[in-house]
Amino acid sequence: MFKKVLIANRGEIARRIIRTCHKLGIQTVAVYSEADANSLHVKEATESYCIGKPPVSHSYLNIDAILDVAKQSDAEAIHPGYGLLSENARFARRIEEAGLIFIGPTANVIQAMGSKIEARKTMEQAGVPIVQGVNEPIADADEAATIAQEIGYPVMLKASAGGGGIGMQLVNNEEELRKAFEGNQKRAQSFFGDGTMFIEKFIAQPHHVEVQVLADKHGNVIPVFERECSIQRRNQKVVEEAPSPFITEETRQKMLDAAVNAAKHIGYTNAGTIEFLVDCDQNFYFLEMNTRLQVEHPVTEEITGMDLVEQQLRVAYGEILAFSREDIVRKGHAIEVRIYAENPVSFFPSPGKITKLELPQGEGIRHEVAVQNGSDVTPFYDPMIGKLIAFAPTRRQACIKLADALRNYVVEGIDTNIPMLLETVTHPQFLLGITTTKFVEEYYLPSVTTAGK
Amino acid sequence: MTIVKASMAGTVWKILVNEGEEVAAGQDVVILESMKMEIPIAAEEGGTVKRVIVAEGDFINVDDNLVEIE
Repeated sequence: MFKKVLIANRGEIARRIIRTCHKLGIQTVAVYSEADANSLHVKEATESYCIGKPPVSHSYLNIDAILDVAKQSDAEAIHPGYGLLSENARFARRIEEAGLIFIGPTANVIQAMGSKIEARKTMEQAGVPIVQGVNEPIADADEAATIAQEIGYPVMLKASAGGGGIGMQLVNNEEELRKAFEGNQKRAQSFFGDGTMFIEKFIAQPHHVEVQVLADKHGNVIPVFERECSIQRRNQKVVEEAPSPFITEETRQKMLDAAVNAAKHIGYTNAGTIEFLVDCDQNFYFLEMNTRLQVEHPVTEEITGMDLVEQQLRVAYGEILAFSREDIVRKGHAIEVRIYAENPVSFFPSPGKITKLELPQGEGIRHEVAVQNGSDVTPFYDPMIGKLIAFAPTRRQACIKLADALRNYVVEGIDTNIPMLLETVTHPQFLLGITTTKFVEEYYLPSVTTAGK
Repeated sequence: MTIVKASMAGTVWKILVNEGEEVAAGQDVVILESMKMEIPIAAEEGGTVKRVIVAEGDFINVDDNLVEIE
């Protein structure tokens, strides 16, 4: 096994990776920006190195600085976490060229899945169902209008390089499409350096269900069940659970098979996630592949007892996956909520100093947090300050446990979305398992705006 | 004269107006980026943009002056 691993990330995920490394006897190297000098991941790593100023472009996205630290510290491998450089093919390639190991798939695979248009083509070849749409870039609003006419409104306008909902918009008619095209193209160009746009048919009342896969370097691909991540705000996930309360066992097996085919077809290695949209008739369609560890990986760990970071390290080192699909037993139900430093109604960020933090404890309650009493939540990074995971034998029990924990979760000094999370996990629709991606707009927001009047 | 201030700390992502330009009340003049989110900042009152105080890429704190309107 590796002796020393560098973690090119920050916050809760850096701490999560450090924990497993130390469990396996692996030394850890943390990198951090000037804004994170007092962060927990910096203290917990075996060694820590400052790599630059607070903005990510000067620190956590600075490939040269990170590789310098890797060399200086004799790290053998780099774990990218999620976000930041985790799906950056150039970063993976530079690591490969430096003779180090990138804990993730190869640079070529990252590149192939990074373009949503390319990913659509590849998945179609692999026999994975894709949403009706175009597999070629759309040049301008006129061409977009012609294509949308053929597909039929409403359609989703999407950026090929997009992520986090940026460059993506639902349009109901030609006027909206023409209005939306240029703005989204510009935004995608500015955020991702790539303004390539395409169009897909809009799936009504969709569920977002994703399949976790593990793949070693010896051709073995094993699915580790699914996660339902339908509750979203601003197209970003807020509540995730496993198993999905919506899909049937038949659909589940079909989705797991499709995910394995997809991963094998592209020569995938390490942990990855294939996201699908599932319509009300249990038809599923490929959405995108995330070529990294997911934020919501703990719910899979809770229902399977598996340590996904450990498996990532093992397959990156070259080990053969030590179990088969049938060996993985699913037990109970896990739900994760993301705690964001943001206003619970407007969802606007709320940076500031945490003056008090109390984490509820109890059986089946798990925390992954980035902060402690006195931590500064700076405006430079993602607003997620922690994750709370509840595990219980049934979904209903997990909901109750999670609600109890949220009532006892104390964060003072900044706004958080905890009131919104509590409202969500106690909502009758949520308790019924009816969690489409429109949940926040249809159930949560109307209830808070009415209550405020 | 009114000064448009930042409602939160962040980076100036886009400046939407030029000096000398007429703006209406409620019109977005600057877009900040904070915690990976775009936050549009609107002029509370209409008028002429006298001075754009910040530049794109600047880091600003809450209540910092962004644009002066006359």
